[in-house]
Parts: sequence; structure tokens; C-alpha cells
Amino acid sequence: MGFLTFKKGIHPNDKKDLSMHKAIQDLIPKGNLVFPMQQHIGAPCDPLVKKGDKVLMNQKIGESKAFVSASIYSSISGTVVDVAPRLHSNGTMVLSIIIENDNSYEESNTMIPHSDYEKLSKDELVTIVKEAGIVGMGGAGFPTHIKLTPPAEKTIDSIIINASECEPYLTCDYRLMLEKPNEIVGGLKIILQMFPDATGYIGVEDNKPDAIEAMKKASANINNIQVTPLITKYPQGAEKQLIYSITGREVPSGKLPADASCIVQNVGSAFEIYNAVVNGKPLTERVLTVTGEAIKEPLNLRVKFGTSIEEVIEAAGGFKETPVKVISGGPLMGTTLSSLNIPVIKGTSGVLCLTKEQTKLEEESSCIRCGKCMGVCPMNLNPTKLNSLVLRSKYDDFEKYHGMDCIECGCCSYGCPAKRHLTQTCREGKRTVNINRRKK
Amino acid sequence: MYTVSSSPHIKSNDSVQGIMRDVIIALIPATFAGIYFFGMQAFLVTLVSVLSCIAAEALWQKLAHRKNTIGDLSAVVTGLLLAFNLPAAVPLWLPAIGGFFAIIIVKQFFGGIGQNIINPALAARAFLLASWPVHMTNFTVDGVSSATVLAILKTGGDKLPSLMNVFIGNVGGCIGETSVLALLIGGAYLIYRKVISWHIPVAYIGSVFILTFILGRSGLMTGNALYEICAGGLILGAIYMATDYSTSPMTKKGQLVFGLGCGILTTIIRLYGGYAEGVSYAILIMSLFVPFIDKFTALRVFGEVK
Repeated sequence: MGFLTFKKGIHPNDKKDLSMHKAIQDLIPKGNLVFPMQQHIGAPCDPLVKKGDKVLMNQKIGESKAFVSASIYSSISGTVVDVAPRLHSNGTMVLSIIIENDNSYEESNTMIPHSDYEKLSKDELVTIVKEAGIVGMGGAGFPTHIKLTPPAEKTIDSIIINASECEPYLTCDYRLMLEKPNEIVGGLKIILQMFPDATGYIGVEDNKPDAIEAMKKASANINNIQVTPLITKYPQGAEKQLIYSITGREVPSGKLPADASCIVQNVGSAFEIYNAVVNGKPLTERVLTVTGEAIKEPLNLRVKFGTSIEEVIEAAGGFKETPVKVISGGPLMGTTLSSLNIPVIKGTSGVLCLTKEQTKLEEESSCIRCGKCMGVCPMNLNPTKLNSLVLRSKYDDFEKYHGMDCIECGCCSYGCPAKRHLTQTCREGKRTVNINRRKK
Repeated sequence: MYTVSSSPHIKSNDSVQGIMRDVIIALIPATFAGIYFFGMQAFLVTLVSVLSCIAAEALWQKLAHRKNTIGDLSAVVTGLLLAFNLPAAVPLWLPAIGGFFAIIIVKQFFGGIGQNIINPALAARAFLLASWPVHMTNFTVDGVSSATVLAILKTGGDKLPSLMNVFIGNVGGCIGETSVLALLIGGAYLIYRKVISWHIPVAYIGSVFILTFILGRSGLMTGNALYEICAGGLILGAIYMATDYSTSPMTKKGQLVFGLGCGILTTIIRLYGGYAEGVSYAILIMSLFVPFIDKFTALRVFGEVK
């Protein structure tokens, strides 16, 4: 059994009480919906519809022939009004399909429900997951079917459901565990059917005791599923740290979880796997948390993809005061949005609006070598060293000092008394090294 | 248009100023002890030292067209530590020169805060000791010349003060070094506030304790180890100077190596060297090895395959 935690990390104020007691509500979209053709890691999708086409809810509108990609479905029925680049939450213009909602929600039944999924083979299940366009729902958006098809020579003995939700403020996974525990456990059962020799683990931080209870209750009579309470510490939900906490294994540098015989899936992904296999529903909506000190009534919403962030914020009562930052995701790893006219996509786990008080925009000062960054880095790196190497463009040394192992969790910048942009420079260093590698 | 920036978007409340403020708070008991035992002259020396460090930093940054950083309070810490390393009877121009030397030559010439390779206060003390040895070794208690405990231990002569007096600080010595009690109170505060960790002080004081007991001043296994660690500047050096971030290793393992090295050098100088006290030179020498110590005690990266 595992150690239930990892080494180092930080303890930020979790601020989850802002939204944790609000049951998930459905948001009915009002305006046009925007579907970017890139909502995942991998190749972008090609649009399957053109301007003027009628589309149905759950109809596939984007697809790619590449293996690493995930199909995109319409979350409503209506008419395609444009296929053009639109602002994406990653800050760039991405080709998007814009659909006018006819408010009839007329469904297309492209996928078949399988309440008797026990009879399906592994390949059939993977095909359904791929077809449904499911990606990692934690935020990164890696296509789920690829995680479920590790190379044949790797033995998988642990399927881990990442239910730690270690980012402060976010409560969507927590609500999902309270409200849909059987579906989540059902999703894990489906994965375990693909890997019959593996054990399933559901890792939940111990600041959510009722979620732990709910998961335990839902998996009570299942021998190969264990609920593992984890010590509350950021970044407990980082893939490598979670694997270490539960199994005691370290994923070797530069390798994948399968190299430690593990597959990790987010709670939301497990839920969507169940939804796709048993209910025959493709991925068209998700639960997200609208929160932060700038929001009037923080809450958890089930939002159809394509809905604008502006409508999402309106549903939470709008702004209490003008935010300085609007963030897609959590405060430690989320990305800032320049505008509210950006659609919710598969990876939007939260809309976090922070005021001046929380987002301290302080000036950098010199490193005083206090070593705090080294003391919190869960990867045991030396962030201040990496920072100075990147600032001097010494990318070879950046690699030598294991800069590529950085998981960009943000712990170093969080703790730095000199307010140095440590995470930012590591991110920049990794990006530059990757670009140089591709050039070779 | 909202602010766009790289994550993370929240930060802890820690700041450089906050750390330096904690160090200043930790030095307050020893400052009062110094003034109590050595009188108003000790207060004036401390004041001149602190003001000269602040003035030197402000002046240098003005001349060099650099951002003024006296607000980070690091110059105040250097000024206090420099005064702590001076006898109370020195003329007041001495701390003034020392402050300028510490800040401009040792700190700013090397790039300012965090960049200096040796501790500014200690380097200034070494400079002053080499330049004005008479002033720098004129120790008085209640206006009467009084040899330091270590000098008595080394050369004999006067009667040794009691361990109790050595512990509370009623003996000859520099302004801030004599009161072990006051220094330990401040040290406990720094560890409680997580400004420093126990590694360097424990490794340093511990190694001096063990080595002076084993080697002894009158033969093997004869050392009065408890008395030796309370005498001189060891406690001041181990808690406040050897733990200087800029000039000590960043890894815990490295800090243990550093503390051990300081302890060995201090013991050798005290027992066999020409000087009665070896703390300053031990720390200065070990600081020069910090890049090597950091290199050889680098952490094993998570998932690293050797």
C-alpha cells in the first residue's frame, strides 16, 4: 500500500467553502455557441459541417484522422452561422464552428447505449471512449482513449481515479463525487474490465470526508476497488505525485504513468466514460466551478460546451467587484483569459475571478538564496538555478539540471519571498527546448 | 481586458522584507543585552553601524543608478550584525567605515543582495581587525579593560568567569556575542518562524562541542565543552552569520556539511591557531566552498534514473 502523500509541496488556503455546498445546476445557454476545433492535446479537428448546415444535439461536428485527437460534438441543435477563427482560452485564435441555438435540443442518436457493457470487449470499449471524444477532464485535455491503450509490453496493475482536486477554489469534482458516485465508480469498473488484473484506486484528499464516504459507499461491494484518503497538500493531484502517494512508485524521468504500471484518470473522465458506454452520450458538457472573491454567488454549474464565459459568470450573479484576473482553471495552474467572450471547452474546470487583493502583482527582486523553492518543489528540482539558466538562455544546462522534469505546478513561485517568476521561466525553458528538439 | 499572466496566480505572504524583519526581531534581545552589559557606548556603536550601512546602500544605488533597496531591510541586518562583532569601546568612526566597507565592497560590488560570496558583516569585521587591531581588541566591562573568555582560555592569566556569567553575557567580548541566553531566544524565534532551519546551527555548535571535548586544551578528553561553546562568538556566528542565505548551502545535506566544516575550522583555530577566536574566519572560509557543497549535495530529482 502507498504512503498516502508525496514529498514537499505547499499548503495554500483552499477557499473551497465559497462554492462547495452548492449543488450542481444546469445552465441553459442563451447566445450562439462557439466550438473550437482544438479542445485537447493533439491534432486539431477538421470541421464536418459548413455555414448554413443544420446540426442536431450530440452530432459530431469535428473530427481528425490523427490518432492523438478527440472528436467534437455539438451540445445543442441549431444552424451553423459561421466557421471561422475565434479567441480560445489558450489566448490564440482557433478555427471554430459557431452555431445558433434553435432551443429545441433535438437529439441525434449516433451512439448506442450499452447497459450490458460487461459483454463488450476491451477494443469495443476503447472505440466507444474514442468515439465519444473524451479527454482528461482535469484541465490538460489529453485524449482518454490513448491513456487506455498503453503499449502492449507494459503491464498495468493500478487504475487510479484522480479525485484529489488539489487546486484551491475548485469544487466541481467534489460535487460530482457527492451527486454522481455510482456513475464514477461505474466508469472505474468499465476501465477495470479493460484491465482485469489491475486494482482500482480512488484517491481523495482528506479535506473532503463526505466525498470519501460517498465513494466508499458506492464501491462497497467491489473487491478490486479501494478508496484511498490522501493527505491534503498541493499538488496531490499531479499525476506523478498521485501515483507516488498511492503506490509508492516514481514514474521515471521523461516517462509515462504506464512505465510505473499505472493509468490515471480524472473523476470527470470516469464519469464521462460511464456516460458514453452506458448512456451512449458523447462528451458535450461538463461540470465547472464559478468562483473567486470577485464573483457574487460562487456555484457549480453543468455547462454545455460552446457557452461563453460571460454567460457562465452571469449565472453566478455576475461580478461583485471588477476582477483583475479571470482564470480558466484553478489559481495555481489555470490560464488567464483576456476577455469573457471565450467559450467553455472540455478542459474548463473552473472560471475563477480574482480581485486585486488575491492576485498580488508584485515586482520581482533579486534571489536571496533562501532555498524555499527547493524546499517545496515536488520534483526536487532547483527552481532558482533553472530560473537563472533560462534568463541567460543556457538551455543545454537547463536540460542538464532536469528542467524538463518540471511539472509547472507553481509551488516555487507561490512560496518565493522575492516574488521571482520561477514557474514562468521553467515553462519558457521547457517550451524552448521542445522547439529546439523539433528543429533537429 | 483582464490581466494576462503566467500561472500561478496566487502567492504566499512571504517577502524579503518580512524575512529581514524577523531577523531584526530575533536580534533585539541580544541588542538589549549588549546595551545592558556594555552601556550607552554599545548603543551608539550599534546606531552608527546601522545608519552607515543604510547610508552606504542608498548612496551606492544612487551613484550606480540602481533601484533603491533599503526598504528590504537587509542593510539594517548587516549593520546590526557588524555592531555585534565590534567591542563597545571602539571610536565611532570605526563602525562607520565598517558599514561602508560591508555594504559597498562586499555586498554591492558583487551584485547586491543574494549575490555576495561572503557575509558582509563578517568581512568588514575581518577588515577592521586587520586595519585597527588595537581598537578591535580593546574589550571592557563596566569601563574596565577585560580580556575575553577565549583569550583567558588561550593564554591563561586572569581568573575565568563562571559559566553562568558566560551564559548570560556578563563578560568581556563584542557587543552582541556575549549573551548566549539572548542569542538563543532569538534563534528559537527564527526557527519557529522558519526563517532558518536547525541544520547549520546544530551541526556547527555540535561539532565544536564534540571536538573541543575530545581534543581538549590540556590533553585528550579533557575539554570543558559546554563552557567552550558558550564562550566567544560561536552562538552568534552559528545562528545568525553561518545561516546567511547568500553564503550558505541551500540543501539540508549541504547545510550539515557546511556547519560541520565551520565547526572543525573554528576548533582548530581556537585550540591551535594564533587567534583566540576562530568563528569569523571559519565562516568566511567555508562560504567560499558553498558552490562546491551545493554541487555535491544536489538533490536527487523525482524519478531520476542514474
